Amino acid sequence: MDNIVEVRGLRKEFRKTVAIENLNFEVKRGEILGFLGANGAGKTTTIFMLLGLITPTKGTIKIFGNELQSHRVPILKRMNFASAYQQLPYNLLVWENLYVFAEIYGVRNSKRKIDELLETFELSHMRKNLTGSLSSGEQTRLTLCKALLNDPDLLLLDEPTASLDPDQADKVRKIIAGRQRDTGMTVINTSHNMLDVSELCDRILFMQSGQVVANGSAADILNKFESKNLEEAFITMARTQLVEKV
Amino acid sequence: MNWRIIRALIVKYAFTCSRNNFRVMDIFFWPVMDLLLWGFVTVYMLKVSNAVPTFITFFIAAIILWNVLYRAQQVVSVSFLDDVWSRNLLNIFAAPIRATEYVGASYIMGLMQSFVVLIILGTLAYFVHSLNILTMGIWLGLLFGNLILMGWSIGLMTTGAILRWGPPAEALAWAIPGIIQPLSAVFYPISVLPGWLQPFAVCFPASHVFEGMREILSGHTVDPNHLLCAFLLNIIYMTLAAFLFKSCLDGAKVRGSLVKYGT
Repeated sequence: MDNIVEVRGLRKEFRKTVAIENLNFEVKRGEILGFLGANGAGKTTTIFMLLGLITPTKGTIKIFGNELQSHRVPILKRMNFASAYQQLPYNLLVWENLYVFAEIYGVRNSKRKIDELLETFELSHMRKNLTGSLSSGEQTRLTLCKALLNDPDLLLLDEPTASLDPDQADKVRKIIAGRQRDTGMTVINTSHNMLDVSELCDRILFMQSGQVVANGSAADILNKFESKNLEEAFITMARTQLVEKV
Repeated sequence: MNWRIIRALIVKYAFTCSRNNFRVMDIFFWPVMDLLLWGFVTVYMLKVSNAVPTFITFFIAAIILWNVLYRAQQVVSVSFLDDVWSRNLLNIFAAPIRATEYVGASYIMGLMQSFVVLIILGTLAYFVHSLNILTMGIWLGLLFGNLILMGWSIGLMTTGAILRWGPPAEALAWAIPGIIQPLSAVFYPISVLPGWLQPFAVCFPASHVFEGMREILSGHTVDPNHLLCAFLLNIIYMTLAAFLFKSCLDGAKVRGSLVKYGT
């Protein structure tokens, strides 16, 4: 298994605040990696650095074997991203938004792809609705449609189920897991939802104050923190200043 | 440059405009109102004073051509603000879009909109004020081209400033043209300005364009140096705008303000 993402010595300072400190990790092809951590741990900052939206102060990011800084466009062409906190333009119809992004990502036979994704995320009946008229859950599913338009080799998800009810969240997890199985895509997923992490992720990176403090499968994390479930482990880790670095 | 991406961004802008009546009003209604209102004021001034008859021609042509520059600038700045307001900025900057494609799309949209405004105002001026802007011949194309270049540069500089200073700077998209208009010799020659302001005025490409426009309309020999000067200044402005935008975009990524601004 080769590495799709390699992060070495990553550091990010915002003025005098150190948001990320000496972050090192890699993600293998076809792996689903979960980022866990309390608010402000640096998960979203890391995701944004992987997307080239924030420039690191130090360190290197290699994606698909190439430096992100110097190969931004070809790398981003093979990636996509969805966040519960990022919407698509509210004044465009659902299909218009997907059409625009399908063109941007160079999707072949975009109409068929859009229809298929709308069907998958149960939004077909809303294709001619204004995006702004969708509920937050529907908008989240729409951003997931956008994120899968180009069949990405690497998918970054920032709390993808944050605004979904348990039923929809379960469906979304199954869709992502199914896609991953079918296409072998690699996924990095940040979430506060322990079900997301335990059901979806092969491996978990637990972050605290911009550093990785635990790295392993859900079972490894439970063993390490002598917890019955991930929620308990999360609370233990979040409330303890962990000095031991992985 | 990927033309498919540029086309997609233009289509997005067209979708956005088609859904927003106020945007359509902003594009067409105000320029038409400007032309009618100031056109009639000029006609009135002509009646009550001894102003030379060409004054009305200068004034109306200046309104039309100023709108060309204004629209080109507005489209570049407002298409960026559209992405901010619709919280789409991160989707755009996390997509495989080069800055040149993003800016190029806004330039093309600005050019198309300015051209449509020129046709509408030109037609209206012909029927309401009996001014045929086509009498300027080939010169009209050169004036138009130079104003588009300046509108693009000012629009890109404004977008850079908005990226640098965030939401408080959004008003610059409308304020900047208002600030440069008095110095651009739009409605009067540079010589009318106080001596200490004239060196500033000659630094604006638009000043040379409007000086040239008045020469053309008064039927005098046109000094091609006006337009050459405007073009050379535009090259400098375009280069400066590109550097400024790139440095503001890079700075926003370093400070993390692109992400904060986009969410």
